[in-house]
Amino acid sequence: MAVTYIDAIREAQYELLRDNPDVFLYGQDIGKFGGAFKATKGLQEEFPGRVIDAPISEDAMIGMAVGAAIEGMKPIVEMQFADFSSVAFNQIVNQAATHWFRTGVSIPMTVRLPSGGTAGSGPFHSQSMEGIYAQYPGLVVVTPATVHDAYHMLKQSALAADPVMYCEHKLLYRWLKADCYKGDELPIGTARITRSGKHATVVTYSAMVHEAVKAAEILQKEGGWEIEVVDLRSIKPIDTNTVLASVARTGRLLALGESFPWGGVSAEVISRVVADGFHLLDAPPMRLNAKDTPVPYSPKLWAAHRPTPESICIALRNLLAY
Amino acid sequence: MLRSRTLEAKLSSLYKAGQIVGGVYLGKGQEAVSASLGANLIKGKDVFAPLIRDQAGRTAFGEDLLDVTRTYLGSANGPMKGRDGNIHRGRPKEGHLAMISHLGAAVSVVGGTLMAKRMKGELEGAVGATCIGDGATSTGAFHEGLNFIAVEKLPMVVIIANNQFAYSTPNTNQFACENLIDRAVGYGMQGHSVNGTDFMECASTIGDAVQRARAGEGPQLIEAKLLRLSGHGEHDDASYVPEELREGSYGKDCLEVAATQLLEAGWIKEEEIRELKERASEEVQEAVAIAQKEPKPNPFTEIWSAISTPELREL
Repeated sequence: MAVTYIDAIREAQYELLRDNPDVFLYGQDIGKFGGAFKATKGLQEEFPGRVIDAPISEDAMIGMAVGAAIEGMKPIVEMQFADFSSVAFNQIVNQAATHWFRTGVSIPMTVRLPSGGTAGSGPFHSQSMEGIYAQYPGLVVVTPATVHDAYHMLKQSALAADPVMYCEHKLLYRWLKADCYKGDELPIGTARITRSGKHATVVTYSAMVHEAVKAAEILQKEGGWEIEVVDLRSIKPIDTNTVLASVARTGRLLALGESFPWGGVSAEVISRVVADGFHLLDAPPMRLNAKDTPVPYSPKLWAAHRPTPESICIALRNLLAY
Repeated sequence: MLRSRTLEAKLSSLYKAGQIVGGVYLGKGQEAVSASLGANLIKGKDVFAPLIRDQAGRTAFGEDLLDVTRTYLGSANGPMKGRDGNIHRGRPKEGHLAMISHLGAAVSVVGGTLMAKRMKGELEGAVGATCIGDGATSTGAFHEGLNFIAVEKLPMVVIIANNQFAYSTPNTNQFACENLIDRAVGYGMQGHSVNGTDFMECASTIGDAVQRARAGEGPQLIEAKLLRLSGHGEHDDASYVPEELREGSYGKDCLEVAATQLLEAGWIKEEEIRELKERASEEVQEAVAIAQKEPKPNPFTEIWSAISTPELREL
């Protein structure tokens, strides 16, 4: 029986609640309603008192989770959309992220961020926040791209002693399927070579892994190009070694991300490769991100705003031609 | 109250002598309010999130004087190990939360500790408490926090120490309602007003509110009206506070009021007050001397990571 990416998120939360009395869920509409994306469907009935509906108060939701974590609980907070976590920004980056450094008491909190664009979602239901949170010391930031990673990384995140921003991609929720939940478990901080190749490396994460693989398949058919796709899996800590090893094999790097283009993960990847592996490069490294505007509503504009297999192919052709 | 006043006077001198970097923020004028809260809380059971003018409350809650002097003087042996300073200190595992500078943010955090206690079956008879100023009532975090603790009917006490000024901004530029306590109804909380300069009234009203929360009557909001008898910090001469306000009823020193009230009630003698002052002075001197001799944190041995799990740190 096939299971989806969102099934994996629900299953991981079910098992976490079943196996760990200190885990609880907190978020808007997550109780009887089961959450905006049904990631918590049926869990309140199964675990009464531990799947708690929150008022529309993102700041207070994270404050609550920090307090509960101080008392030894392991809260998983569902932001209805990653975009709304901007309201909770202060509690995330100043309260949760600084707490262990300041007091020696760690905050084992996981914040689920339904991230990324889908057709018609527009400027406020489409954002990718991973780069912003990775900028702050004290946060772990993960970006699962597969059903297995969605399952394993949520369990790892919830049981970690530190605050984790778990960026789940909404586009993958029902489209991405696997035979089962478990498989190919890797620790947070380890990247995965999703597709191996020798002519160029694409370093990416989350839904863009799948777009990069599509682009690699197009270029394979087109000219026999073998493109290596590295899935970072976690943004922070970032697995620079796997990236450098891949660039050592291919000599060419495209850093790809769905977030806005100024700074962020792709800029960090390029800066690390240039600083630590300049001698490995046969061509100037390239970056491809979304455009520097709010995420547009119209599906036609949205498709041109984010990187697509077609635009990734164009970037890679230029990279390979250098 | 006396220990707090004595300690803060010493901290102010150390700051002015250049021995404390950053800032020194005094609770002068707010001791009756703060101590009345701290003294009614039970360490080991309750949770207290003090703000910048709560030295008296911290001391009454059982904070070691050494925690204060070590944090202000940046000793490596303090609870914050030099990583944070002055009033940004606490021992969260002992129920003394360490404030961040962003106002209103502590309300929901204290609420979260109580939610955890509820889930663990430890909430019975426990109370959470925090103080904030008049200025913090304008923040979104304050509103979100109060609404959340009221929705969850948590046993919590929130004191608004309305000292008339948020740094230099007077109440008239801060809020438009007549009394901040009128907001309690809007949140669905029990509300209490108190004259923050009157020691007996503070002890009674705040003590009563804590007992109500402890007894399961839900969250309690208190507005204490008073005047800050210092600048925002010791760098600030508070020249913006009008003379008539200083000389008015809010300008009374709650410590002097307390002494008069206790002497009149016959609960204390002049001689005992003198002894208490002397003892406080000795204790403060000792705590400062110890912290001053201690090593500062070493940047070469500091763990330069904000992540507690070694495997999750950046290489």
